[in-house]
Amino acid sequence: MKQIRDFRVKAYDRLNEDNYIIELGCDEELPAIKAGNFAEIQVPQTADVFLRRPFSILDADHKNRSLKFYVKAIGKGTRKLGELAEGTKVNLIFPLGNSFNTDHIRHALIAGGGSGIAPFILLAKELKEKKIKTIFLLGARTREDVFLADEFAKYGEVLITTEDGSLGDKGLITQHSIFSKHDFPYDKIFTCGPDPMMKAVARIAAKKGVNCEASLENMMACGFGACLCCVTETLDGNKCVCTAGPVFDTKYLKWQI
Amino acid sequence: MADLNIHIKDLHFKNPVTTASGTFGFGEEFMEFMDLNLLGGIFVKGLTIKNREGNEYPRMAETPSGMLNAVGLQNKGVDYFVNSIYPRIKHLHTEIIPNVNGGTVEDYLMVTEKLNETEGINAIELNISCPNVKEGGMAFGVSCPSAVAVTEAIRKVWKKTLIVKLSPNVTDITEIAKGVEGAGADAVSLVNTFLGMAIDAEKRKPILSTVTGGLSGPAIKPIALRMVWQVYQVVKIPIIGMGGIMNATDAIEFMLAGASAIQVGTANFIDPQVSLRIIDGIEKYLAGHHYKKAGDIVGQLMT
Ligand SMILES: Cc1cc2nc3c(=O)[nH]c(=O)nc-3n(C[C@H](O)[C@H](O)[C@H](O)COP(=O)(O)OP(=O)(O)OC[C@H]3O[C@@H](n4cnc5c(N)ncnc54)[C@H](O)[C@@H]3O)c2cc1C
Ligand SMILES: Cc1cc2nc3c(=O)[nH]c(=O)nc-3n(C[C@H](O)[C@H](O)[C@H](O)COP(=O)(O)O)c2cc1C
Ligand code: FES
Repeated sequence: MKQIRDFRVKAYDRLNEDNYIIELGCDEELPAIKAGNFAEIQVPQTADVFLRRPFSILDADHKNRSLKFYVKAIGKGTRKLGELAEGTKVNLIFPLGNSFNTDHIRHALIAGGGSGIAPFILLAKELKEKKIKTIFLLGARTREDVFLADEFAKYGEVLITTEDGSLGDKGLITQHSIFSKHDFPYDKIFTCGPDPMMKAVARIAAKKGVNCEASLENMMACGFGACLCCVTETLDGNKCVCTAGPVFDTKYLKWQI
Repeated sequence: MADLNIHIKDLHFKNPVTTASGTFGFGEEFMEFMDLNLLGGIFVKGLTIKNREGNEYPRMAETPSGMLNAVGLQNKGVDYFVNSIYPRIKHLHTEIIPNVNGGTVEDYLMVTEKLNETEGINAIELNISCPNVKEGGMAFGVSCPSAVAVTEAIRKVWKKTLIVKLSPNVTDITEIAKGVEGAGADAVSLVNTFLGMAIDAEKRKPILSTVTGGLSGPAIKPIALRMVWQVYQVVKIPIIGMGGIMNATDAIEFMLAGASAIQVGTANFIDPQVSLRIIDGIEKYLAGHHYKKAGDIVGQLMT
């Protein structure tokens, strides 16, 4: 059930200058939250951020009634959200969107690029609970942009690519040797990140005949199906990423791949 | 407690607060957030005769105190509304008002005729002001003869309450308002969005796929308010006012300027429960100023 609820800033974990994890706490019990769900956050104390901003739920602590979000500061809203005093009231609409499908998987590959790693902690937990073997492939521009690798390591092997080669394999995520090896044991790929990266991953998945789900980050005005601004083209016409997604089977998307 | 009821011919709003077309889906999107029965009415998403996929993504750009949209009337067509959506929402104790769109007068007529056969619909809103479709839409609303022509044509087939939604993208909105009043409209609603655009300087590209789009939100409120006030001077039919209403004070300002009822639009995206707060705020204002009914403040601006 969707909620509109006030939270308070509990803590920040500063990953580097532009990246942080924000923890928000509330008084009431949290509703059920699934891997892939997101929240629409109203950024407080700013006149120049008019609409809410969508963020994947990084983690949910039901016992302590808190949610965590991983945020990459790229503009006014994401910057302001990183500058709030502890205890500041922050209003959320959540949980929104659909979730990943983890049925009938034996071996999962998670490919996250840039800030597209946020939905994967909850997914990693779910996969672990279901005893599904998981490997993580994280792509970034340079070693300073690789985040949460230690966290993911709790749930499976972590492979890294950086465009400048400063950590792990050099190149783009799709150039990682895992894809060129003869042995490709994965029967499901999950991906989130910049569109070109997700499309490239989907292309490989299609070639290998592996099911692939992508979590899209289209621009949203509402986040709950009221404005029809966030659409992506699918085999059934335009669908709202906020309600039919954000997670889509890539075969269902009309991506030119 | 003040009497909040508003009547516009067959239409009965239990209070002056309604939600604007295209910003409230078909009501269902808000069911988890509020009791829809408390609303005066719901103007549902724009309908066309056939399924429309709308414009390409990106369709939205945030701008100072507002947003641009270029949705382009995405909807599954009037038949789908009548057969699949309306049966799910018709039990609501609030007025459900379809927003009628077309590329030609015949299109508008066909949509209206489908709705004519639908029981429980007491009013339609004729949208002659959508800036986001290439054909028809705003083209009808920016010239007086075409606005009059489409209103006259619909008036002949639609006997219940006919509301015509005006475009602000005109030199003189009072001319169009007078025109559609003469053509038989029972009320006018204003304003639709203002034509605008947004540019990504880094990429040297427009942000919207359609280059231009419709501006809404508080950024347009002073202009919308001025237009409601001007139209109030020249027509006798009721006005439903909108444009950047974010709270009860904004709504009351529109009523003082001459609006009998108001529509809440973009504000729904930020606070899905805002309409209920606006109803409360209007009640408090009326009580605080010892008014007996909501209608008593309509047009009561002291100049
Ligand atoms: C379902 C979903 C989940 C998301 N999860 C996360 C997350 O977990 N962590 C995270 O850091 N970000 C996430 N995002 C992206 C995040 O919402 C945007 O970065 C944020 O809205 C930007 O706000 P801003 O005010 O800082 O940027 P603005 O100042 O509004 O814009 C700065 C620049 O960023 C561009 N921009 C704004 N929003 C987006 C977007 N959605 N996609 C691409 N470009 C955009 C603008 O065009 C502009 O060029 C998610 C988006 C969606 C839709
Ligand atoms: C995303 C979006 C979609 C809209 N779709 C429609 C529509 O289908 N038909 C219509 O008559 N008006 C439509 N409008 C215009 C609104 O009904 C309203 O006239 C306008 O947004 C001004 O009010 P506001 O500033 O309170 O939003 C739309 C507005 C937005 C923001
Ligand atoms: S963001 Fe409004 S419908 Fe998806």
